Amino acid sequence: MKRKHNLLILLAGLMAFASCKKDNFDPPGSTFKGRIIYEGEPIMVEQNQVRFQLWEPGWGLNGAIDVAIDQDGSYSAVLFNGNYKLIIPKNEGPFMTKSTGSPAKDTIMINLQGSQDFDIEVMPYYMIRNAQFSQAGGKVAATVKIEKIITDANAKNIESVSLYINKTTYVGANGNMQIQRKDSTVNAATDLNNLQLSVNIPAITPTQNYVFARVGVKITGVEDRLYSPVQKITF
Amino acid sequence: MKKILAITSIIITASLSGCLKDDEFLSKQPTNLIGEEQMWKDPGLVLSLLGNLYNRYYDIETVEDWASFANLNDAFPSENGAYGRVQNVDWGYGDWGTWDYGYIRDMNLFIKKCAAADKLEEGVRNRFLAEARFLRASYYFELAKRMGGVPLILEPEQYDFSGNPTYLQHPRAKEGEIYDFVISEAEAIKEVLPANVNEKSRATKAAALAMEARAAIYAGSIAKYGVNTPQVTLPGQEVGIPAEKANDYYTKALKAAKDIIDGQAGAYGLYTKKPDLSDNFASLFTDKANNPEAIFVEDYKLQSGKTHSYTLRNQPRSTAEEQEGGRLNPALNLVEQFEKLDNTFAPLATQSGSNYIYYNTPTEIFAGRDARLGGTVLLPGTLFKGKPVDIWAGLQLGDGSVVTGDIPGARKVVNGTEMQVVGYDGPINGYEFIAQTGFYVRKYLDPTVGSGQRGVQSDVWFIRYRFGEMLLIAAEAAFELNDKETAKDYLNTLRTRAGLTTPLTAADITFDRIVHERRVELAFEGHYLFDMKRWRLAHIVWDGNAMTAADLVSNIGSATKRNTQPWGLWPYKVFDPTSPNNGKWIFKEVLPNRVLASDRFRFGNYYSYIGDDIINNNPQIVRNPNQ
Repeated sequence: MKRKHNLLILLAGLMAFASCKKDNFDPPGSTFKGRIIYEGEPIMVEQNQVRFQLWEPGWGLNGAIDVAIDQDGSYSAVLFNGNYKLIIPKNEGPFMTKSTGSPAKDTIMINLQGSQDFDIEVMPYYMIRNAQFSQAGGKVAATVKIEKIITDANAKNIESVSLYINKTTYVGANGNMQIQRKDSTVNAATDLNNLQLSVNIPAITPTQNYVFARVGVKITGVEDRLYSPVQKITF
Repeated sequence: MKKILAITSIIITASLSGCLKDDEFLSKQPTNLIGEEQMWKDPGLVLSLLGNLYNRYYDIETVEDWASFANLNDAFPSENGAYGRVQNVDWGYGDWGTWDYGYIRDMNLFIKKCAAADKLEEGVRNRFLAEARFLRASYYFELAKRMGGVPLILEPEQYDFSGNPTYLQHPRAKEGEIYDFVISEAEAIKEVLPANVNEKSRATKAAALAMEARAAIYAGSIAKYGVNTPQVTLPGQEVGIPAEKANDYYTKALKAAKDIIDGQAGAYGLYTKKPDLSDNFASLFTDKANNPEAIFVEDYKLQSGKTHSYTLRNQPRSTAEEQEGGRLNPALNLVEQFEKLDNTFAPLATQSGSNYIYYNTPTEIFAGRDARLGGTVLLPGTLFKGKPVDIWAGLQLGDGSVVTGDIPGARKVVNGTEMQVVGYDGPINGYEFIAQTGFYVRKYLDPTVGSGQRGVQSDVWFIRYRFGEMLLIAAEAAFELNDKETAKDYLNTLRTRAGLTTPLTAADITFDRIVHERRVELAFEGHYLFDMKRWRLAHIVWDGNAMTAADLVSNIGSATKRNTQPWGLWPYKVFDPTSPNNGKWIFKEVLPNRVLASDRFRFGNYYSYIGDDIINNNPQIVRNPNQ
């Protein structure tokens, strides 16, 4: 009886392995990664808020693969080899796509054969230059220069500039990504070449002697903010 | 053994012979099904079919789904499984979506067959037809609210099995066209439907007019305020309505609402049966006998299988009829919206300078306010089903320290005496089923004995259209048409019932006033989300930034005031035998510690996501913007 039992288990085990081999196919193996850039510089955004879509035509039913952009402007997706259409949906991100003539979307054809690095060129409304952070007396201070990139009819004004600090490296306008913020409205008199902000460091539990800081720019009529790099500040 | 065999064979033979004998077996009329022909000559059977269509009516935020009220920060969900509602940052693009063309097809089939049913008496048939058209228009209105323009299909289409379904694929209509359809249907059927005040759960003339008024005010505000969010439009106007149409819609809204107010659809009016104005406002939602305010409702009936558990889920916990309740806690954000009786906005006064203000009773702080507050929210120390609600967070000692417990009604030894240190109804942070914000909900809470029992539950109806909303629509439409004089009269009618004795003047009527009045009058009735959407205020009100206590108490009454986190107000009993304040009450604004995130409404949330399966099946459907 016992012997029979063991045999059964062995048989069941064998069958399980057999089915694994037969039913499965190779997982996607090609990494498609890169950054959203303007003139070689990455455009920084809020974590997982800006995204583009990859469509692979030729299949019966279509569904986009959403690729979210990290806060440093980079992205990465593991895909099958094939031909993809890369589409940045309208109004996505603090930038315009390159072919501004297209009313809705911009399409880039991607032929993916093996892993590939691909930087997506876009036209940001502004760029944050030379962000500098410092701390003194329980405050974090930031100085930035904001350069207007799009100056033609598509130009947009800045609504406000904010300084955010958080306990972790994820920093942004979202309430979960900040422990303190300072908003500063921008008007015609504001000197965008030397914009200064400062924010109090609140009590942190459990205590830590560092925070991460970042400056975000809200452009009028654009949902996604433009950001500076995240900076660790020890005190 | 042989005997059994013999008997069995006899039975089998007998049964076989029975079958064989009946030549008509295949053409016999079934006794458990009703055929088309029988159906369409019996008004009772047609009504039951129509009943099915009524039952499938789409609502949002009803008494059957208490938790949805906690999505938008006017309330906190006090249940472990529901805290996610205050811990999310973004709402999904698919939230609030609907796309039930099966329902539309069934309604179209009904209309087609009913129109051809010549065996029904004409008056009866026309009423059925008008009711089905009312339901179809209601659902198209619901689709437009959530999805924008959708394919407008008014025929039951049939697939011809040719392998080519393209003739069934229709593009989305313009958003404005759907609203136009709803309005024109209402106009077409309103005279056919009965003008009967006592008919609440079936379509009436007033229900058609109310739907028309609401649809028109929605369309008008999307046209007018859509310019503030140019991102939320599509080039084919599947989303968005041109601004020049605004006045036309507002005029229609005013006229339809006015018809009801002026009694042209029956003797509707404000509910004013009870002398106590708060009780009166609460009764308006639970009194089903001769209620002149309710126009169209979803009705329930005890012992019929159609009951709901709203009262069971949300009754005050300490006096509950079952070990249940306390889930829906209105937020301080909403409570502070209720004005003082002199028409001014002020936060509930908890501190003067840096000192606490001492109150003699826990309800005193709420005195002198809009009576709708007490009708909407169960305040600490007030009664429900004759029993007091015991809400207080702890003892405040003379040295400034607080003694409290971690179970409801906890007892501790203080100064050598054992005493209760926290209320039986909370608040305690993170303790489910009690008032974690310091408030329970009162609107729609059923005062009938037994309504809080699992075996009985409640048959309080859910009001979809009521007279009060018509006054608000008329006031808003008149205001947008620059007739503040008329707007003020309508608002004052409503506000007098709420106990606000000083009438507003025409100069007082502003956009903020209109927004505010709707928020307090219609709280927990499923309007807030769509109001914020149609005025294009949602992305401002829910901007993703956390709220500080200072944010909470400033700019009350402003339409753009942030509302991203549900706050609470906790009463404390002062225990300081040597002080004159001993036994008095102080209050503190508190953010329940289960609130971990602040809500952000993205442009892509203005219209819900249309599923990829729908677009794959019909490539003519364009996606909604920003998704």
